[in-house]
Amino acid sequence: MNDFDAIVVGAGPSGVSAALTMARGGMNVVLLERGPYPGSKNLMGGVLYTDVLSRLIPDFIEKGAPLERHVAEKRWSLLSSDSASTAAFKNTKWDKPPFNHSHTVLRARFDKWFAAQAEGEGVELVCGVVVDGMIKEEGRVVGVRTRTGEGTDAAEGELRAPVVVLCEGANALLAENEGLKPPASSDDCAIGVKEVIKLGEDTIAERFNLEGRQGVAWEFIGAATGGLPGAGFIYTNHDTISVGIVAYLGEMKEDGSTPYDLLDTFKAHPAVRPLVRGGEVLEYGAHLIPESGVGRLPMRVKDGLMSVGDAAGLISSGPRHEGSNYAMASGVMAGETALEAHESGDYTVSGLSGYNKAVEGSFIWKGIERYSQWPGFLKQNPQLFSGWPEALAEMTASTLEVDNYATGEAEDKLMELFNRRIGVLPFAMTALQLRNSLKIFGYGKTDKLLEYISRNW
Amino acid sequence: MSEPRKSGVEDRLYANEIRPDKVSHIEITDGERCLECVAKPCTTACPAGTYTLDSAGERIIINFDNCLECGACRSVCPFSVIEWKNPMGGMGICYRYG
Repeated sequence: MNDFDAIVVGAGPSGVSAALTMARGGMNVVLLERGPYPGSKNLMGGVLYTDVLSRLIPDFIEKGAPLERHVAEKRWSLLSSDSASTAAFKNTKWDKPPFNHSHTVLRARFDKWFAAQAEGEGVELVCGVVVDGMIKEEGRVVGVRTRTGEGTDAAEGELRAPVVVLCEGANALLAENEGLKPPASSDDCAIGVKEVIKLGEDTIAERFNLEGRQGVAWEFIGAATGGLPGAGFIYTNHDTISVGIVAYLGEMKEDGSTPYDLLDTFKAHPAVRPLVRGGEVLEYGAHLIPESGVGRLPMRVKDGLMSVGDAAGLISSGPRHEGSNYAMASGVMAGETALEAHESGDYTVSGLSGYNKAVEGSFIWKGIERYSQWPGFLKQNPQLFSGWPEALAEMTASTLEVDNYATGEAEDKLMELFNRRIGVLPFAMTALQLRNSLKIFGYGKTDKLLEYISRNW
Repeated sequence: MSEPRKSGVEDRLYANEIRPDKVSHIEITDGERCLECVAKPCTTACPAGTYTLDSAGERIIINFDNCLECGACRSVCPFSVIEWKNPMGGMGICYRYG
């Protein structure tokens, strides 16, 4: 006897998108959330890319989606221990819809709103329910084992449905138990820690050079993470800022650094300190980022079971940091596949294989494939995070320092510094690896390049 | 200019809303392994200081109320002896901002 047509585990972006898609198709869906409300366990930097959301809920802005600011400006800073080189791009065209589909959000607020939209369309949302495992019949998933109540007075329960969608996030206990995902390994993930710091709307506008609801997404590499591969970030929210660091967990473990010490060091950097000064820390949080790489991605489908979003490792490891939009898109795909299975009555791996095909034919897969070498590039080039930022700072300073202006020796000094601290060969090798890992400047298109050269020679 | 005061993990967690569970959702299944473990990465990689050393500096003490439920500990433990379950529904970290 089925309680529902489908059970969705986890009310984050992927779970809500899956549940909403199924409910719209007429399925009777329950959405289970272990926190007291959707979003209460969820955290990201972060910028939400709203292109998928705008297809699901075209009037999300009118419907009061809790967006903090639209990203009107991107900044990147390279930090040495006592300097910063910054590049910035501000585009006022992004001040109007669709705002380049980029908004800063605070996930506890956003996810709560998003889940409420699904509830409004018939999804049954139940919070405070932990799912501890699957119910199986003849190897097929036919429901979930639930746990509610408090402390030692747990009430065990069962819910049955012909299909279960796992949207449990990066700490994917159920997906691991079901063998969809290899056991957690520090080589396969990064850790992010952040603080939400209250500064007030006016202070943010002044400090970050913003008007109205403009926001900035600012990334810091180099001394931001104490020499570890990773980055620091500041995202402006409405009256708060999100300040944090992300680093690969395996490297952090080897190094013995502690995430909150790295965050303290980042906040104390001379280029960051004035931006966070005087703010009140409202919250401190942490989250894992699954960086499985395309070769080690989870399986995603079993009989009666699909995994979606972070639980399925569907994030882009690349410099655009896509995750929550992939979660939404994969949720929609799983929802559509569940609708087909609901129609055909075939919930086996072959009945659900449309989901895998949809993911692998989509922009998600392109993004994951394209940037699958990016983490390896960063991990294999530690000089990008420790030695070279210092060398670059010294070189820049040597060309700008007043003493050097008149002498005409600046250029010699610059070359000497470059040769000694960086070197032509290591620089060229790293540049080539960078190009290959980002797949830019004609990567994989040798034929086209040769053709272009021969035509224009 | 003076260095800003380093805020320890406890100060940070103080800002958070945590709904403490009655029992620990974390267990070390084989504490003898921790004695063999030299690096004890759970004590450094956990962003919430959930794992601290006892006064002898050998065994691990679990402060489960600190836990931010990220799961980092599970993946850094070299002996895979950290058994981590989700806390009871509605309990544990409760992000208001996220």
